[in-house]
Amino acid sequence: MAGQRLVNSIEKGIVIDHIQAGMGIKLFRYLNLDKAGFTVVMIMNAASKRMGRKDIIKIQDITDLDYTVIGLIDHRATISVIDGGKIIAKKPLTLPSTVQNVLYCKNPRCVTATEKQMPHIFRLQNAGERIYKCAYCEEYVNGFEL
Amino acid sequence: MKSLINTLDFSVKEQDELLALANRMAASPKDYNELLKGRIMASLFFEPSTRTRLSFESAMLRLGGRVIGFSDGSLSSTAKGESLSDTIRMVSHYADCIVIRHSKEGAAQVAQTHASVPVINAGDGGREHPTQTLTDLMTILKVKNRLDNLTVGCVGDLKFGRTVHSLVKNIGRYPGVRFLFVSPGELRIPAFLRTYLDELRIPYEESSHMEAALGLMDVLYMTRVQRERFFNEEEYIRLKDMFILNSQKLENAGKELAILHPLPRVNEIAYDVDDDPRAVYFDQAGYGVFARMALLAWLLDGKELG
Ligand SMILES: [Zn+2]
Repeated sequence: MAGQRLVNSIEKGIVIDHIQAGMGIKLFRYLNLDKAGFTVVMIMNAASKRMGRKDIIKIQDITDLDYTVIGLIDHRATISVIDGGKIIAKKPLTLPSTVQNVLYCKNPRCVTATEKQMPHIFRLQNAGERIYKCAYCEEYVNGFEL
Repeated sequence: MKSLINTLDFSVKEQDELLALANRMAASPKDYNELLKGRIMASLFFEPSTRTRLSFESAMLRLGGRVIGFSDGSLSSTAKGESLSDTIRMVSHYADCIVIRHSKEGAAQVAQTHASVPVINAGDGGREHPTQTLTDLMTILKVKNRLDNLTVGCVGDLKFGRTVHSLVKNIGRYPGVRFLFVSPGELRIPAFLRTYLDELRIPYEESSHMEAALGLMDVLYMTRVQRERFFNEEEYIRLKDMFILNSQKLENAGKELAILHPLPRVNEIAYDVDDDPRAVYFDQAGYGVFARMALLAWLLDGKELG
C-alpha cells in the first residue's frame, strides 16, 4: 500500500497519517509548516483501505510538535514518531483544553475586536460537541468551523 | 492579589465575610473613614455610567481615600488609539486599585491581565457587573436576614438582563434557594443559565404570569422589558403591562416580600408601589455604597476581613 511505504520510508521524524482528505492543507497551515526550516512532505488524496482517500504529512528529523491543534482539526488522524526507521511512539489525539490563536472570536462586542494585540484564547466547553468558549466574552464557537 | 472580575470570583465564605464587613460599615461608617487614607482609586469609565461611578467614588471617599479617573471614554487616551492594555499598565503606577467600566465584553479581564494592582469590574458590556450583585445580595441580607432558604422571583427580561444572570448564579450557591422565573416567552432565561442551574440541581420554575407567582416569593427582582427586544410593536404593547408591578398586583404577595430593582426604573414598577414598605429598591442604592466600601477595603487592606 502506497501510504504504508511512505510511512516506512522516513528514518527519523513524525508522520501524521489518516488525515481526512482535504484537511491536510489546513493542518499544514495551522502547524506553520509553510514556514518550517526542515523537510516536510505532504501527500494529498493517497489511497486508503479504511478511508478511501486520505492526506499524509511527513516531517523529517523533528520529533516534537504542538499536537493539540492537530486534535482540533482532525481528531481521527494518527501520529507516529519515527526513529531509526521504526515507529517508537504513537501519540493519542485529544481535543485541546485551551487553544491560542487557532480559533478566532467573531463577536463584535468582544474586547478582542478592538484590542488587536490580545491573543484569541478559547477553552473547551463540551468535548462531545466540540464546543469552545472565548476566554473573554464567553462566546461559543464550534471547533468544526475551523 | 485579589480582583473582582466575575460574580463567582469569591467563594461563598469570602463573600459572606465581605458582606459582614459591609454591614459593620453601614452600622458605623465613622469607624472606617480613615481606613484608606492616602490610597488612590482609579475610576476608568470608558463607557459612561453615572450611577455606578458615583457609588464607587462615594465609597472610596467615605473610606478616606482619593479618586482619579475619567467618566467618558471619548476623553481618554484610548480614544486616540492607545490600547486598553497600555492604559492599564500606565494607570497601575498612578493608583492602588482600578475600577473599570467598558462597553466590550471581557474588557475587565484584559485589564486584570495587565494590571499590577487589584481590578474591579464595574460592568463589561452585556457580560458581568459583579458589584451590582454584591449590592443586591447585601440588600437581601439586610431585609431578609439570610441568603439561604429563599424563593427568589425574577420578573421581566430574563434573557438579556445581565444583573439577573449574575444574581441567579451567585445566590444559587446558597442552600435552599429556589427560583421562580416570570417572563414573556421570548425573554426566558438563556440556555447557559439553564445548564448552570441544572448541573448544580438548583430548583427553578418558569411561567409568564406574575400574579400567581408573587404569593410564593420571598424576594422579587424586577427588571425592565424593553421595547427594542421585540420584533413588533403590537407584541410589546400586549406584553409589557403583564410585567409591570403595581399595588393591585401586590395584593397577592406575601407581607414579608422584598422588592428589588437594579434601577434606573422606567415604567416597570408603578409609582404607587414606592410607598409600600416591601419596596426596598431605593435603599438598595444606598447599600451599594457600603458593599463597594467593603470591597475596596478588602482588596486594598485585606486585614479588615474576618
Ligand atoms: Zn470573544
